[in-house]
Amino acid sequence: MTGAGCWAAATSGQWTSSIAHSLFPPASFSELLRILTLRSGYNAAVVILGATLLGLAAGVIGAFALLRKRALMGDALAHATLPGIAAAFLAATALGGQGRSLPVLLVGAAITGVLGILAVHAIVRHTRLKEDAAIGVVLSVFFGLGVVLLSYIQSLQQGNVGGLSTFIYGQTAAMSRADALLIGSVAAASVVLALLLMKEFRVVCFDDRFAAAIGLPVGLIDLLMMTLVVIVTVIGLQAVGLILIVAMLIIPPAAARFWTERMARMTLASGGIGALSGYLGASASALLPRLPAGSVIVLTAGALFLLSMLLAPSRGVLAAALRSARLRLHVALEHTLRGAYETLESQSPAPPSAPPPPVPLSAIHAVTTMHPLLWLLTKLSLRRRGLAALADAGATLRLTPRGLAEAARLTRNHRLWEEYLVTHADIAPSHVDRSADLVEHILSPDLVADLERSLRARGELPTPPPSVHPIGKGLRT
Amino acid sequence: MTVHRTSSPTSLASRPEHSPDSPLSVHDMTVAYHRRPVLWDIDYDAPDRSLIAIVGPNGAGKSTFIKACLGLVPKASGTVEIYGRPYREQRRLVGYVPQRESVDWDFPVSALDVVAMGRYAKIGWFRPVSRAHKAAALDALAQVGMADFAHRQINQLSGGQQQRVFLARALAQEAKIYFMDEPFAGVDAATEAAIVAILRRLRDEGRTVICVHHDLQTVPDYFDHVLLLNTRVVAAGPVSGPNSVFTRDNLQKTYGGRLTLLEEAAQAMAKAGTSL
Repeated sequence: MTGAGCWAAATSGQWTSSIAHSLFPPASFSELLRILTLRSGYNAAVVILGATLLGLAAGVIGAFALLRKRALMGDALAHATLPGIAAAFLAATALGGQGRSLPVLLVGAAITGVLGILAVHAIVRHTRLKEDAAIGVVLSVFFGLGVVLLSYIQSLQQGNVGGLSTFIYGQTAAMSRADALLIGSVAAASVVLALLLMKEFRVVCFDDRFAAAIGLPVGLIDLLMMTLVVIVTVIGLQAVGLILIVAMLIIPPAAARFWTERMARMTLASGGIGALSGYLGASASALLPRLPAGSVIVLTAGALFLLSMLLAPSRGVLAAALRSARLRLHVALEHTLRGAYETLESQSPAPPSAPPPPVPLSAIHAVTTMHPLLWLLTKLSLRRRGLAALADAGATLRLTPRGLAEAARLTRNHRLWEEYLVTHADIAPSHVDRSADLVEHILSPDLVADLERSLRARGELPTPPPSVHPIGKGLRT
Repeated sequence: MTVHRTSSPTSLASRPEHSPDSPLSVHDMTVAYHRRPVLWDIDYDAPDRSLIAIVGPNGAGKSTFIKACLGLVPKASGTVEIYGRPYREQRRLVGYVPQRESVDWDFPVSALDVVAMGRYAKIGWFRPVSRAHKAAALDALAQVGMADFAHRQINQLSGGQQQRVFLARALAQEAKIYFMDEPFAGVDAATEAAIVAILRRLRDEGRTVICVHHDLQTVPDYFDHVLLLNTRVVAAGPVSGPNSVFTRDNLQKTYGGRLTLLEEAAQAMAKAGTSL
């Protein structure tokens, strides 16, 4: 955060600088270390610990909700708590009690939250509306009702009512030792339940019909899952706020999914990511007290999500881009080799033999056009693999004996596949080239053998067989 | 309710005798979605130790028949008995292969995890999957030729392989009667042959398999009995032989226009809001 402050100060002059400083006062490294190791005072330690445990509980429970495809139900639930909070305040005040008592408010929150979920279920069950529409209706109507009740309470001009609106955005710093203990016990219970019921949650989330057929009480397990979501939402209201609490249920499991293909590991990773978000977010807000902690916790989770999405080894975006780039290079390499081979073929009636004469690049470019960067990488790759090298000051390509053999093999595969498409799949010769290009790069040796077998029945099978279409039609990679 | 009985005597004539030994005995079962009847007054007794195909046009209620037998959709009326007792008491004897498309195959589980689900009822609550149950799941995977894929995440499997995993999960249930919802849908030729071999082996071991099946061509090759279904039972009986019900006439009744009157009555009832 200080980094962002420095950047703002450096770029936007004196005025922004003063704002940045009041928002993000500079902190020393020792202060940072003190906060991160929970030695910055009792209250800050309680808040950081509470936020960490909340993140853990929400991450574990959120993993089940996400896999059950009920993640947005948490959002409807959270928004539906607002009228409950306001109504509980009004009821408690009318009965002469202390209006702003936390347990009373949270009971009110849980009641209307559950009513909200029941309303979604009722709409889905008794009408033909889908769940997304039902959630949208319930979420906004309940929240609207809550806002109306809140403004009515404010018009009453009673003392100590301002605190109610903190439930909307959350006020982590207000967390007491009792709150942290409550959150901690919920976190512990959710982890224990997750371990005990992993098997049952797994089958219900994956295939609820099968679960019902083998006699599991699917409704009861769903109810348990939803109860856990209600509990974690309600205890998180004060810390993160009802608008953002759903983020703690969705973001950690969504991030965890990038790293693993097993449900148990994903659940634990989700709890870990949630806990880390709570810990780092609450620490940052202890360091910079003017930052709203709930939002910082959610932003931290968002940053961890972004990192997971980009960097995860197999499901990550970068890994996928790398795989696709490798495939493109592979295809470009094969097209270049085949282009060179077919040029050699057109130069002499006999099949090309080693050592082959150099092939003018212009001839290769005439049949395969590619992006200059891809061409550069292709040239490097050809040389590195010892298949071909540029000669004559970059005007020609000279295949090595290995490169020639590889080019002959590729050309043969390509034509086998073309033959097959023409003879067995009824594709016009003029359209064959493109289809063959798509498949030939992934032909397995088994499949090539199959192709040979099925084509051999038709007569001789030269190496490589003649092309079924005129050579020289442009190829694009 | 009695209209179709007088109008189609074949369904009465072909109805097998009720028998307490029947693996599946359905009486007067009616199922409705949104007040529209999907299955109407079904009576059916499945013969023991046989491979049975449920055949009928789209929307005829074939999947619903299976789901209603397994208690997965509410019945408006009627009873279902498995080997002479209510389904709830006989769950251990029943195996189930749902439609492949009914689940999300990007779910974070391995093929072995899915097959192990067939053992969950035997394992019981709160306990993890023990080594013995894992071995049984692996054995079921081996039976469908998928032992090498045990630790693959399920979205890395082809459609045919996914179907085999579902079949292996049912085998792991070690049931006496199997319900399979389109086990041949969208599978390659090798998988189809493998599934047929397993179905025959199950029958030869004394089990009964009831499959929703779409390909009329293969019904006589793969199955012993057929249940022709279109909202009601059109006919049920052997696929071949002198008492065969798999006849041109019956198929026409199942797929053809003779049932339009019933269909219109059903729609009229839905429109009028008459609850069944």
